[in-house]
Amino acid sequence: MTIMNIKVTFWRVVFAVIMVLGLYSTYVRYLQGLGAVSNMSDQFPWGLWIGFDCLCGIMLAAGGFCVTGAVYIFHVERLHSIVRPTILTAFLGYILFIVGLLFDLGRPWFIWHQMIYINLHSVMFEVGTCVMTYTTVLFFEFLPNVLERFGLTAPIRWVKKVYPVLVVLGILLSTLHQSSLGSLFLIFPEKMHPFWYTPAQPFFFFISAIICGLAMTIFESTLSARAFGRGLERSVITELSGALYIVIWVMALLRLQDYVHRRVNIFKPSYEAYFLWLELILAFVIPLVMLSFKKVRTHPDLSYLAALSAILGFVTNRLNVAMTSMETWVGHHYLPKWTETCITLMICAMGFFLFTLAVKYLPIYEEEHHESAVAAAAHTDEALPALAQEPSLAD
Amino acid sequence: MSKAILYDATMCIGCKQCEGACAQQNKLPYDDKVAAEAVQSEHKYTVVLSQNDKFMRRLCQHCEHPACASVCPVGALHKTAAGPVVYDVWKCIGCRYCMMACAFSVPKYEWGSLNPRVRKCIMCPDRVAEGKQTACAEACPTGATKFGDRDALVEEAKQRLHDNPGNYLPQIYGLNEVGGTNVLLISSVPFEQFGLPKLERLGDTPLPEYTGRVMNLMPDFIPLWALILGGVYWVSNRRKEVAEVEAEERAMRGVK
Repeated sequence: MTIMNIKVTFWRVVFAVIMVLGLYSTYVRYLQGLGAVSNMSDQFPWGLWIGFDCLCGIMLAAGGFCVTGAVYIFHVERLHSIVRPTILTAFLGYILFIVGLLFDLGRPWFIWHQMIYINLHSVMFEVGTCVMTYTTVLFFEFLPNVLERFGLTAPIRWVKKVYPVLVVLGILLSTLHQSSLGSLFLIFPEKMHPFWYTPAQPFFFFISAIICGLAMTIFESTLSARAFGRGLERSVITELSGALYIVIWVMALLRLQDYVHRRVNIFKPSYEAYFLWLELILAFVIPLVMLSFKKVRTHPDLSYLAALSAILGFVTNRLNVAMTSMETWVGHHYLPKWTETCITLMICAMGFFLFTLAVKYLPIYEEEHHESAVAAAAHTDEALPALAQEPSLAD
Repeated sequence: MSKAILYDATMCIGCKQCEGACAQQNKLPYDDKVAAEAVQSEHKYTVVLSQNDKFMRRLCQHCEHPACASVCPVGALHKTAAGPVVYDVWKCIGCRYCMMACAFSVPKYEWGSLNPRVRKCIMCPDRVAEGKQTACAEACPTGATKFGDRDALVEEAKQRLHDNPGNYLPQIYGLNEVGGTNVLLISSVPFEQFGLPKLERLGDTPLPEYTGRVMNLMPDFIPLWALILGGVYWVSNRRKEVAEVEAEERAMRGVK
């Protein structure tokens, strides 16, 4: 079906509906206030926007520092072809995080106060400063795409020269703010359920960022291979799933050690325990069982499912940390209002949309084309044929 | 010497004069309807709660080491030397971390406003600076709310507990909790009945210490981690360069 020269596809209709509802919610947010648009209250000052848009958004954008680090610092050359799409995801992720913040902050027009009224004791200050600086770093890491598009070769050489510095800075800043997102929760020991209040929270947030960075890279490579009909290098997926498998094991052992050390019984059924079990099954049991088979690690579709389960698991983890863990203390449950959810959905939809636009108009996959052409000549069977076309925004 | 408020629940008659005086001092609406509200809110900084003729007053505890001030990214909240924890609205960006961090759930928010502020008792800092009592203490007809130097009030509370052990629970709420607070409560009824956190859940550690332990590592961690990453880059880059040169040499030799 075609309306006004625009082909109507399922995903485009979904996108349009989300955008309309999201824009209505935006209207409510800025013309009636936070109370009207959300279910946040004096009892629950942080809701879905902090829990999902901020905590999960930053975690899911961690692929940027993981992959650039692997390629430029440790010279894992096999991952070179996915550096550009991963940086794109990270850059969009951080921009959308800031967009989310503009919804969540009560006085978003004063967001720049962060730069002049400095409180060095505040974890939030550290997170804000690192995120701001890292977004700038990502901008420069992303810049070659745009410069290449317009044929500006001289500035590309300048950026390439400082690239290692950018990458080191990116890892440093990511280490700081990914872990500090966990430190945010250290200051309410009395409020949080022992399942999720742990002094090790900064470490856990950092490691789960690496896990989700890798998992998102698998997820997104597989998905865009389908959507844009490009070839997918099997060796890249194998490399990433192998790393994912190891890091999830490390995380699982650390989590177990933490519960044993603090003598927390995680097997006694309770409201919180059900959420914890859901988290543990999705984040650890399913991915670890799946990835233990070599067949899964070398198969893009199966790796995709394992990665998806890990992503859902760690998203559940962060929502549990931010919301479930406080519910007993507060004495009632929090569920986001529909308008609140629509804004989150709108931000996610914008992410997908901008990703598609960038791939369409910028040489995100082109560098790889040159290189994979060389690689393909060497081992022709390595590049998989394009997977079945998935309905997508890219049509 | 910091100023403090001692509230003795056994002397309170629940007249709510303190509520009215507080509203007047802070230019908040106050009428019978507001008086009937039994929660602290953005238009009610203090509230006298009652249960079976027992009373409890809730207000900001004005911690010695306030979590709210430590978490604020822009330093909009701070503890003055005189005791009050005050709020500079013009700095606030509205992140609401103070509300999350407060163990007593004191800061409230103007959820309906388009330019919302955090609202809480600020212990009448202007009056305190002038050497006057807080509005609530001045209004109290029975002396249940008493304003003075913290050390003197702690001594007085101990004396009251000592003189009338049957009248009180053997606790001064706020003496050491979360590092001590500038509002001290004594009562005959357990505090948690009125929604205050249980003493054993709070502990005596100032809450900012929990995040401070991590933040204090930063000055050492940042240069060290940067050095390690730079070092690894240098080593792996050097290996790559050497490998390239060696390959070239091998090729040259091969040609010869």
